[in-house]
Amino acid sequence: MLLKIRQIMAILALSLWVSSVQGGIEVRHFDNPEQEVLYDQLMYELRCLVCQNENLAASNAPLAKDLRDEVYLMITEQNLGEIEIKKFLVDRYTDFVLYRPPLKKTTWLLWFGPFIMLFLGGVLAFFFIRSNRSKGKKIDEEENDITQNDRDKIKSLLEGNK
Amino acid sequence: MKKKRELTKGQVLFRVAPLVLFLGLGFLLFKGLSIDPRYIPSPFIGKPAADFTLPRLYDEQAKVSTADFKGKVWLLNVWASWCISCRAEHELINQLVANYPIDVVGLNYKDHGVEEYRGKAKAWLARYGNPYKVIAVDTKGRVGIDYGVTGVPETFVIDKKGIIRHRFSGAIRKQQLVEILLPLVKKLRLEP
Repeated sequence: MLLKIRQIMAILALSLWVSSVQGGIEVRHFDNPEQEVLYDQLMYELRCLVCQNENLAASNAPLAKDLRDEVYLMITEQNLGEIEIKKFLVDRYTDFVLYRPPLKKTTWLLWFGPFIMLFLGGVLAFFFIRSNRSKGKKIDEEENDITQNDRDKIKSLLEGNK
Repeated sequence: MKKKRELTKGQVLFRVAPLVLFLGLGFLLFKGLSIDPRYIPSPFIGKPAADFTLPRLYDEQAKVSTADFKGKVWLLNVWASWCISCRAEHELINQLVANYPIDVVGLNYKDHGVEEYRGKAKAWLARYGNPYKVIAVDTKGRVGIDYGVTGVPETFVIDKKGIIRHRFSGAIRKQQLVEILLPLVKKLRLEP
């Protein structure tokens, strides 16, 4: 069983690895390692506009290839940095092209929504636990009242029977 | 005897909360059904159309550039012979030009000049008609990138000052032509 799980994990890991190298296959030459790091990072962070659920690195779409070429030229020939390249693409394709959307008014909910949900869940859990606890206490009290009377009755009944 | 206990405020809230959450989520998901995930908002509306100077399809020595259309309201229609939905739209553009005087500039996108489509663009126009005032050839799709083209066809409405005022992503439908495009062009022609 353990082995099976391990095998499945290995297959999953391999499949992830395959999908991340499959697309952007062009061989690129860079003047320095910084450029290469920037290129790899951008390929990973920029979204393919045609397939939408792939980044530029993974996509086989012709537009993705054009954009890879474009980014490559911007890095090697125009010597542009990350911010300038992202601006170039956002100017043309909006924030949609970024897999990591910037923090601004319209993306506020996207960034903080999960934390708000977590907070609401916590509040709900707190009240749930508290109300259950006080409910439990009340029931105990009520039952105690009853048993106090009943106990006498039971006692007298039992004694009377004897 | 079992007494019916009064519910406290908190308990009522707690029983109603899942229903409210469910309805809220249901509403959001329902709204999501009508949102087109392929719709990418255009950042170009109100911005100057990117300048280009490209060879013409029928006279490659001559150029066509955005500057040629300053002072006119014109349409830039991105098309390609390999694009299936362009065919449906093309008939509509033929009708538009036949009935209404307007300059439609074709942007032949990654088609003419690409080896595998050799001769296709001209054959396509010979077959389906040529409504274009002039056709710019964008073999590499570089101008397409400047216009944020993600799929063909796309159509831009550009005003007298060279500002993009509207963008149709995908084939224009007759209803859009009548209800959006024509009124907009008429309005823009009245602007200085």
